[in-house]
Amino acid sequence: MDSLTSLMNGFGTALTPLNLLWAACGVLLGTAIGVLPGIGPAMAVALLLPVTYGLDPTAAFIMFAGIYYGGMFGGSTTSILLNTPGESAAVIAAIEGNPMAKAGRGSQALAAAAVGHFAGGMIGTILLVVLAPTVARLAVDIGAPDYFAVMVLAFIAVTSVLGSSRIRGFASLLIGLTLGLVGLDQMTGQQRLTFGSLQLSDGIDVVLVAVGLFAIGEALWVAAHLRRGSGTALPVGRPWLGRDELRRTWKPWLRGPVIGFPFGAIPAGGAEIPTFLSYITEKRLSKHKEEFGKGAVEGVAGPESAASASAAGTLVSMLTLGLPTTAVAAVMLAAFQQYGIQPGPLLFEREPELVWGLIASLFVGMVMLLVLNLPLAPVWAKLLRIPRPYLYAGILFFAAVGAYAVGGQAIDLVILLIIGLLGLMMRRYGLPVLPAVIGVILGPNAEQQLRRALQISDGSVTGLVNTPFAVTVYAVIALLLLWPWLKRLVPRGRTEHKD
Amino acid sequence: MSTPEPPPRPEPSPAPQGASSAPEDGSPAPEGASPAPEGAAARPARFPRLRGSSELGVCALLLAVGVLVLTDALTMDTVASVRGPVGPRTVPVVVGAALVLVAVLLAVDVLRGGRGEAEGGEDVDLSEPGDWRTVALLAGVFLAFAALVGPLGFPLAGALLFWGSAYALGSRSHALTRDPLIAAGLSVATYAVFHLLLGVHLPGGPLMGVL
Repeated sequence: MDSLTSLMNGFGTALTPLNLLWAACGVLLGTAIGVLPGIGPAMAVALLLPVTYGLDPTAAFIMFAGIYYGGMFGGSTTSILLNTPGESAAVIAAIEGNPMAKAGRGSQALAAAAVGHFAGGMIGTILLVVLAPTVARLAVDIGAPDYFAVMVLAFIAVTSVLGSSRIRGFASLLIGLTLGLVGLDQMTGQQRLTFGSLQLSDGIDVVLVAVGLFAIGEALWVAAHLRRGSGTALPVGRPWLGRDELRRTWKPWLRGPVIGFPFGAIPAGGAEIPTFLSYITEKRLSKHKEEFGKGAVEGVAGPESAASASAAGTLVSMLTLGLPTTAVAAVMLAAFQQYGIQPGPLLFEREPELVWGLIASLFVGMVMLLVLNLPLAPVWAKLLRIPRPYLYAGILFFAAVGAYAVGGQAIDLVILLIIGLLGLMMRRYGLPVLPAVIGVILGPNAEQQLRRALQISDGSVTGLVNTPFAVTVYAVIALLLLWPWLKRLVPRGRTEHKD
Repeated sequence: MSTPEPPPRPEPSPAPQGASSAPEDGSPAPEGASPAPEGAAARPARFPRLRGSSELGVCALLLAVGVLVLTDALTMDTVASVRGPVGPRTVPVVVGAALVLVAVLLAVDVLRGGRGEAEGGEDVDLSEPGDWRTVALLAGVFLAFAALVGPLGFPLAGALLFWGSAYALGSRSHALTRDPLIAAGLSVATYAVFHLLLGVHLPGGPLMGVL
C-alpha cells in the first residue's frame, strides 16, 4: 500500500518532461553502448560521472539507470548478430542467438531477446518495488558492525566468486584499498600516503579511479591487441515472433526473473551466473533439447530475461544496503558519494523523491527500450560499422574530458593515465578490475564503520559480531572462503548447480 | 611496459564464443559458479622461466606498494590525534601486510606455473603479440593533451587528442581529410555541452577568445 503511493509519487517525478528527456537520453546511450563493442555500461556510467557536477541527482540517476538497462538490451543485439559477446553475461545470447541468426532466424532471436529483457526488467522492477522498502525497513536499525560485515562480504564475494584466480582477485582488491587510503584520514585528519603532496591530501577522486580503470585501461588494452578486420554483423530484418515461437518463449520469459533477481541482489557477479543457470534450466525443461547449441529460441528468451531481472536485483542491494554487486552498481555508488548521499536503509526515508523517481523511471525506460529495440534493432546494428580507431579515440577523449572536469587540473590527467596503465597491467595479467573499484569505493567507508563499531565496544573485537545480522553475514563469508574445500566434500556426479 | 615477446603465447586464442573463463585443468568444474582453486594454475608453461618473468613484475609491484604502505603507516605521527581504540594506523598496516602476503603468494603461484588469464573482449585478438608501440603512442598523445590543454584551451587540445589517438590506433587513410573534421566537431560540441548544459567550465584558450 505504502509503496504503491510512493511509486505513484515517483511517477509524478519521472514523468516530468525534463526527467523523461533524461530517461530517453539514458536508454538511447545505453542501447548504443550495449551495441558498440569494447564499451560496457560500467565504463559508460564512469565516463558520465562528471555530469554529477552539473545535474541534479534525480536526473543523473534516471539517466544512469537507463544506461544500465539499455546496455543489456543492446548487448544481446551484438551477441546475436556478431557472435562476439562483450561481457560474460552476453555469452549465452551468442551461443543460441548467433546460430539462429545464421540460420536466417535472426529477427526471431532479436525479438525473443528484446521481449525477454522487457519481461525480466518489468518483473524484476516490480519485485524491487515490493521488496526494497521491506528490506530497508528491516535494515533500518542495523549499526556500524552490520555495515562493516556487509562490506567485508562485498570484498570477499567480489574476489572469490568472480574470475578464475582468487589470489589475483585479492591482489586487485588490495590495490583498490590502497588507492582508497590515500588522503586525509576521515576521523583524525592524519595524512596517509600523501608524501607531503597537497594534491594527494584530498585523496584520489573516485571519478579518476573509475574512469582510469574502466575506460583508459580498457582502451589501452584493446589498442595493444586490436583485432584487425573485425567480423561483420549478419544482416537481419525487423524482429518479430511467430505463434509457434511465442508458445515456446513465454514460459522462459517468466522463469528468467525467478533465477535472475535473487542472483542480482547477492554479490555473486551480476548477470553471469543467472544467465547460465537459466540456460541449463531451459535446456532441461525444453521439448526441443536437440536444438540447443544450434539455435533454440528458449535459450535466448530465458537467459536474457534473467539478465535484466538481475539488474533490478542489483538495485535492491545497492539502494537498501549500499552494497554494490556489479561494476555498474559500484560506479553508481560512486555517483551517490559524489552527491554526498549515502545509500542504505535510510535512503528511502531521506530521499523518497530520488528513490521512487528512479524506480518509476525504470518502468518508463523499459517501455522506451522495447519501442526502441524491437522495430529498430537493424538500425542499431549499423553502429557496429564504426571504425575502431574512432571508437577508442572517442573513449580516450571522453575520459580526458571527465578527468579534467573534476578539478580543471592537468595533474589529474597524469594521475588518470597512471591509473589507466595500472588497469592495462591488470588486464594483461588477469587481475580482475571490479575488486579494485569496489575497494576504492567501499574501503574508506568500511574503515570508518570498523572504527566506529570498535569505538562503541571500547576496542573489544566482540563489538564486531554482537548482532545476529553480522553473525549471519560472517557465516556466509566463511562459507564463500571455504567453498573450494567444501566442494571436494560434495559427492561428484550430479553436482551441476544444485544450490 | 615490456617489449613484444617473440615466443608464441601459451594462451590458446579464445574460441568465437569468447570470454570462456572455464579452467582448463581438466576438472569438471562448471563454468562461472565455482572458482577453481588458484585458477589456471595447472596450465603447462612452455617457457617457464621466460614467460614467468614479466608476471613476477606484478608481484614486485605489489610487494613495493605493500612496503610503501607499511612504512608510511609505521612512520606516522599519531600521538596527538588518536581517538578510540583504532587509530589511523591500523587499517594501513593490515592492508600493507596483506599486500606483502599476496605478493609472495602470487609469486609462488607464478613460479609453479600459474598464469593470469589475459582479458578477452569483442575487439581483442589475443593470438597476436601485444602491440606496445601503439600503447606508448597513445600515452604520449594523452600526456601531450595534459600539457597543452592549459595553454591551447580545450577545443584545440581536445581535437588534437582525438586526432592523435585515432592516428595512433591506425586511422591513416583519412588522417588528413575526415579525421580532423570529426575531431574538431567533437571537441567543440563537447566544449559547448559542458559549458552550456552542465555549467562546467573548460578552458576556452586563445581560440575561443577570438570567436
